[in-house]
Amino acid sequence: MRDDPQAGLSNLSRRTFLSAAGSSAAAAAIAGCAPTSNRSAARGSPEAVAEGPNIEGAVPVTLRINGKEQRLLVDLRTTLLDCVRETVALTGTKKGCDHGQCGACTVHVNGRRVNSCLSLALMHDGEEITTIEGLGTPDALHPMQAAFVAFDGYQCGYCTSGQIMSAVALLKEPCGPDDAEVKELMSGNICRCGAYPNIVAAIQQVRRNV
Amino acid sequence: MHTFEFIRPEDSAAAVTAAAQTKTAQQGADVRFLAGGTTLLDLMKLNVETPARLIDINRLPLAKVEATPDGGLKIGATIRNSDLAHHPTVQRDYAVLSQAILAGASAQLRNMATTAGNLLQRTRCMYFRDTAMPCNKREPGTGCPAITGSNRTLAVLGTSENCIATNPSDMNVAMAVLEATVHVQGPKGSRAVPIGEFHLLPGRTPQRETVLEPGDLITHVTLPPPIAGSKQVYLKLRDRASYEFALASAAVVITVAGGTVTWARVALGGVGTKPWRSPEAEAALVGQMANVPNFRSAAEAALRGAKPQSENAFKIELAKRCLTHALQTAAMS
Repeated sequence: MRDDPQAGLSNLSRRTFLSAAGSSAAAAAIAGCAPTSNRSAARGSPEAVAEGPNIEGAVPVTLRINGKEQRLLVDLRTTLLDCVRETVALTGTKKGCDHGQCGACTVHVNGRRVNSCLSLALMHDGEEITTIEGLGTPDALHPMQAAFVAFDGYQCGYCTSGQIMSAVALLKEPCGPDDAEVKELMSGNICRCGAYPNIVAAIQQVRRNV
Repeated sequence: MHTFEFIRPEDSAAAVTAAAQTKTAQQGADVRFLAGGTTLLDLMKLNVETPARLIDINRLPLAKVEATPDGGLKIGATIRNSDLAHHPTVQRDYAVLSQAILAGASAQLRNMATTAGNLLQRTRCMYFRDTAMPCNKREPGTGCPAITGSNRTLAVLGTSENCIATNPSDMNVAMAVLEATVHVQGPKGSRAVPIGEFHLLPGRTPQRETVLEPGDLITHVTLPPPIAGSKQVYLKLRDRASYEFALASAAVVITVAGGTVTWARVALGGVGTKPWRSPEAEAALVGQMANVPNFRSAAEAALRGAKPQSENAFKIELAKRCLTHALQTAAMS
C-alpha cells in the first residue's frame, strides 16, 4: 500500500493541484498544465457547487445529466457510474461487474453508449450524460422501453437499463437489418436470465417502426 | 483504487512534460496518460496499475483521421475505435483494420477505446490481473505461474521462460499487416517507430512491453498508401461468437494476379506475446499459386517456431487453420 500517492513525483500535492485551481504554484510547476477542475473552479464560487457530503480532497465537476446541469463534488476516483448512482442518486443505472464486461452500467455520453464503470466522472466535465431515467417516464415510455415490456425482454431486470440504453444507441449506429447484426452489436450487454431472444425481438420491432 | 493527481494538459508538449517525471513508461509507471480508460481504469481497480498521476489527454487535438501527402493515412492517437472502424477511407482502403477493430470488445468499449490505448492494451493473463499471484510482468522476478498453471488462452509464439502472456489486441494485428508507423512525442523530440519494432518480446524483461520511455506520448499512427487491388481479411476465432478475446486470429493483405500470389502481408493474433507478423508465411506465399495447399504451407511456416504449453497446444493447429481460411477467403473475395 502506498500512503502517499505522490511518492516519487514532484511536490505537487493533489490538493494543491485540484483545489487551488489556477494558483501560480500549480501552474508554474508544470507549464501549460491545468488541473481538470480549473474551469469549473474558476467559474464557480464554492457556494455555486451543489451541496454534498464533505469528502476530503473532493473536486468539482459539472455534468449535464438528463438535460439538467449538475454541479457536483466528487472524489477524484469516482467513476461516472458511481457518480450517477451515488452522488446524483439516479440508481436506474446498474453496477454489475464494474470492469466493462457486462454492460449493466451502459449510459450515453454526448449521445454515444459507453460503459460508465470504466470512465471517471472527471473525464466528462461539461458533457451530456443520459441515463435510463432520461429516456422516458412511467406514463410516457420511450418506444424501446415500451417494446421491452411488450416483448418481455427481461426476467430479473438487473441488466435491463443497460440493455435499453445500448439498444437506443444502436438505433443511430451502422447496423444491418438481420437479427445476427443486432446480436453482434448487443453483445456487450450480458443477460444472465437469458432473455436474449425477446430482447432482440423488442429491438427489431422498434427498428422497423423508426 | 489508489488516489492520484488528475491533470488535463493544454497541449501535447505539456502532457509530455507532466509525464516525463515517471520512473518508467512500462509496468509500474508513476504517471499514466488517460484516454478511453478501458484498460487503465480496469487495471487500477485491480491495483495492477497504481499511477500517482493521471494525465487526461482526451481533449488534446489528437482525434483526427487525415490523408497524408504520400497517399497514406494519419490516424490520431485518441480517435475512438468505433470512429476509426467506420471511417469511409479505412473501410475502403484498409478494410482489414476496420474488420479487426469491429471484431474486438463491444460497441460500448469501442466508443471509448482509442488508437493509442489499443496499441498499449495489456494482456488478459489471469495471473497478471491478480495481485495475489506471482507474475514476472507485474512483479519482476516473482515467477510465472501460468507456465505450470492455467495457460489455455496464452501464447505459443514469442514466449520465454519468464512470460507467456498473449497480446490481446485485434487492432494491433491489422496494424502489423498494414505496416503502420507509431509516432511518438517525447522529452527529446519526436520519433517514428515501425509497428514491428514497437512491441517487445518478453525475454527476461516481460515488464517491458513497448519501446516507450518516460514522457513518451503516442500522438498518431500513419499507414502507407493502400496496396492497389489488395484483398484484406481479418478472421478471429474465439470461445464465443462475440465480445471475447481471440484464441487465434489472422490478418492478411494479399494481391493475386493470374492465380499467383504477388504480394502478401500476414500477421497472427491471440497466439503471440506481441502482434505476430510472419515474414515466413509471406515468403512462402509470394510467387506461389493461390490455392489451399499453398495457404496451408504458409500457415505451417508461420507456426514453425510455436511452443505449446500444457493446455494450449490446440492453438497451434487452430492458428494454422485460421490463417489458411483467412487466405482462402481473401483469395476468393
